[in-house]
Amino acid sequence: MGDVILEMKNITKAFPGVKALDDVNFKVEEGEIHALVGENGAGKSTLMKVLSGIHPFGSYSGDIHFRNQRCEFKDINESEAKGIVIIHQELALIPDLSVAENVYLGNEQTEKGIIDWGKTTIETNQLIQQVGLRVESSDLIRHIGVGQQQLVEIAKALSKKVNLLILDEPTAALNETESENLLDLLVEFKKQGLTSVLISHKLKEVLKVADHITVLRDGKTIETISAKDGNVTEDRIIRGMVGRSLDNLYPDRNVNIGDVMLEVVDWTVAHPQIPNRLVANKVNFNVRKGEILGIAGLMGAGRTELMMSIFGRMYGKFLTGKLKKNGHEISIKDVDEAIRHGMAYVSEDRKEYGLILEDSIKKNMTLSGLSKLLKKIAIDEYKESEVVEELKVKLNIKAPHVNQKVINLSGGNQQKVVLGKWIYTDPDILILDEPTRGIDVGAKNEIYKIMNKLAENGKCIIVISSELPELLGTCDRIYTLSNGCMTGEFLKAEANQEKLMTYMTRDNRSEVK
Amino acid sequence: MNEIKNLITQNIRKFGMIIALVGIVIIFQVLTGGILLTPLNITNIIMQNSYIIILAIGMVLVIITGEIDLSVGSVAAFIGAISATFMVSMNMPVVLAVLLSLMIGALIGAWQGFWVAFIKVPAFIVTLAGMLLFRGLTMVVLGGRTLAPFPTQFRTISSSFMNDWFSGDSLHLLTIIIGVIACILYVVMQVKFRKNMKKYNQVVSSPTLFVTKVVSVVIIIGFFAYRLAAYAGIPYILLILLTLVASYTFYMNRTIGGRHIYAVGGNERAALLSGVKAKKVKFWVYVNMGVLAALAGLVFAGRLNAATPQAGNLFELDAIAAAVIGGASLTGGIGTVVGAVIGSLIMGVLNNGMSLLGVGIDWQQAIKGLVLLGAVAFDILNKKKSS
Repeated sequence: MGDVILEMKNITKAFPGVKALDDVNFKVEEGEIHALVGENGAGKSTLMKVLSGIHPFGSYSGDIHFRNQRCEFKDINESEAKGIVIIHQELALIPDLSVAENVYLGNEQTEKGIIDWGKTTIETNQLIQQVGLRVESSDLIRHIGVGQQQLVEIAKALSKKVNLLILDEPTAALNETESENLLDLLVEFKKQGLTSVLISHKLKEVLKVADHITVLRDGKTIETISAKDGNVTEDRIIRGMVGRSLDNLYPDRNVNIGDVMLEVVDWTVAHPQIPNRLVANKVNFNVRKGEILGIAGLMGAGRTELMMSIFGRMYGKFLTGKLKKNGHEISIKDVDEAIRHGMAYVSEDRKEYGLILEDSIKKNMTLSGLSKLLKKIAIDEYKESEVVEELKVKLNIKAPHVNQKVINLSGGNQQKVVLGKWIYTDPDILILDEPTRGIDVGAKNEIYKIMNKLAENGKCIIVISSELPELLGTCDRIYTLSNGCMTGEFLKAEANQEKLMTYMTRDNRSEVK
Repeated sequence: MNEIKNLITQNIRKFGMIIALVGIVIIFQVLTGGILLTPLNITNIIMQNSYIIILAIGMVLVIITGEIDLSVGSVAAFIGAISATFMVSMNMPVVLAVLLSLMIGALIGAWQGFWVAFIKVPAFIVTLAGMLLFRGLTMVVLGGRTLAPFPTQFRTISSSFMNDWFSGDSLHLLTIIIGVIACILYVVMQVKFRKNMKKYNQVVSSPTLFVTKVVSVVIIIGFFAYRLAAYAGIPYILLILLTLVASYTFYMNRTIGGRHIYAVGGNERAALLSGVKAKKVKFWVYVNMGVLAALAGLVFAGRLNAATPQAGNLFELDAIAAAVIGGASLTGGIGTVVGAVIGSLIMGVLNNGMSLLGVGIDWQQAIKGLVLLGAVAFDILNKKKSS
């Protein structure tokens, strides 16, 4: 039993209408990796915001003790002065500044008030080594991948005197290799004596590195499990998180696959800025009624670009290709036409591309289907309320009322709002781009159930996902995509992770030439 | 009591404005010894601010889409000059001249909207250029001189009152009748709305609060109708303003076009992916602004009974200030037409009240500047507190 470095006692924090934290207790030992898990809206992020002073002292009740000192942080500077550093889920890097400039942003290395660039560069290079970055200190953040950006954030944290490192969903946007590297790094830091708190939805990762796991549910501490002896299972944690055992993450469905609904023929699209780079190269695929189709590919393979170019030419420069729906050729030049042809696209980035955060659940949900609510020239607001209430119940969106702004909802509930928006347009073909990114198991399971129900009703579902188990668990058929080309097609029965990975990494640009 | 407290904290933006307006009215009513709310002065406030209100309605739409228009003062002056050329120099019939002027306004809006929406030149630059361009063209059209006077028929829009068909003695009976009809309409609509909300299981306010709200609005409408009747009745421009406010509020809240304007301002990329044609939305918002700027230019020229090269100077800033004081956010997605009108009235009552007190134009400017800053700071601090 190590010394306690951090103790948060009886923390209660209320927002208008919701109690986000209710008498939470959280204790971290010196030199451990402590995982904080819980469903969306369980209060993990709020707890960390209280700790870092983003929710200042006085806006919550309860005590925080750090290294046996009572702390009353009024802002983030005061917590950082104690060495408590948070890396948020949304990275806070400036895209047009270099790695070195970002690492020392707000903590500039100065000599008599003037920035010492030599020292900055040397120290950045050391940090780059330490975290295993593969970039130059002068590279612009804009030009490096998300995984590398995550490491820059960690380097930035290390550049300060850090005693407690908090990572909020650090692997949400990373692929498997990158995630692995990051976790190895955390273990390495632990050996050097650094204490860290890991907030994650990926229980496999949590089990791999954590010494203790604290489970939050509905703003309350449920339990703290010791994971040191290694006999804790995912099911054990899930039981704590959802209050019941989630026997099957991927629910069963009655598979009833019909005729081909959508056929994409020789679809070729160029990069919007670089005309001779093809983001989709003679792509052919089809999807059938009642089928859940998976698209597997590494980051940068062109999955999102392909789907967005099909959905109303929202990405890149269209060169050639045909779309056929129910055997007839259709032409879709903008999103409006795509919607009229029964297509829907749920973006991988719900905050940037899916939601109007400052608007209500109601206005977000009806935005794409407003014409259905038209009574003469005006929107029938009563019908709108009725429709949205119905969807809210059907999708199990947790919010006090439909006039709530979506910015105040948790990730899972936000995702359900986006789904609701598209379900209301009654699409035949629903494209889901990373539908469960950054949301917890409970909500994931609910989203799979929604997908199944839609498929059972004869809709086509196309799922893009970085998580292969998710594709294998939900899809009837999976295509692999690499460098803008379809490299393989597998039925559920013949697919496995290794096979998919082989085809996802196959580079057949040479064959195309 | 708790309900009222909750209502105010949750709608501080809406209530803040109204409380500010009422507060300012009371302060000046006391300071001026009752002159502010005399029948003559109320009529004056409406007429003096009519063109700013018209501009603010257009401006709030532009601001909701996340853009800005700095050219409206120059455009108003340019249209004033064009209309004077039509009517004074060319003796064109008034109706035709007005229609042509509004169309030219639409074309100017289309010109600016084209650059902003389709070429994606920042609106600040496009309309800054427009501000210089149309001010210059105004001087070209007028040749540096003032054109006057306008035909009497034209001046009706901005400076005449509705005839009293009922020939009341000291009171303008038609005005009273219109006031009573407005009150009845209001009460019927509110009751119907409440009934429907209940039917669809939406949260409604308690009966006491509901009655208080309806009664106070009726008293306010009644008071103003009575005051207007005691002077010369309802000015035509008030009818135009009420029509504009009602139709734009309806458009913004109840039609697809209005929802799309909010969506584009709230998150353009999400709106695009939801099937909103963002470019077209922006383009038409600028066309609309052009028409309203033209209308404001006509009203101003008619009120002045002259087209001058300096007309409409700094109107754009008054319109932007009005929209922002009325709760619109320059980042887009947030704002209301009614808010913009209340914002204009706050500025208008400040101007009028200070003039009545004999405060010089120098201090008026300075105080208006502080009010603008204070209003926005209040809003931001409030938002921080609630997050």
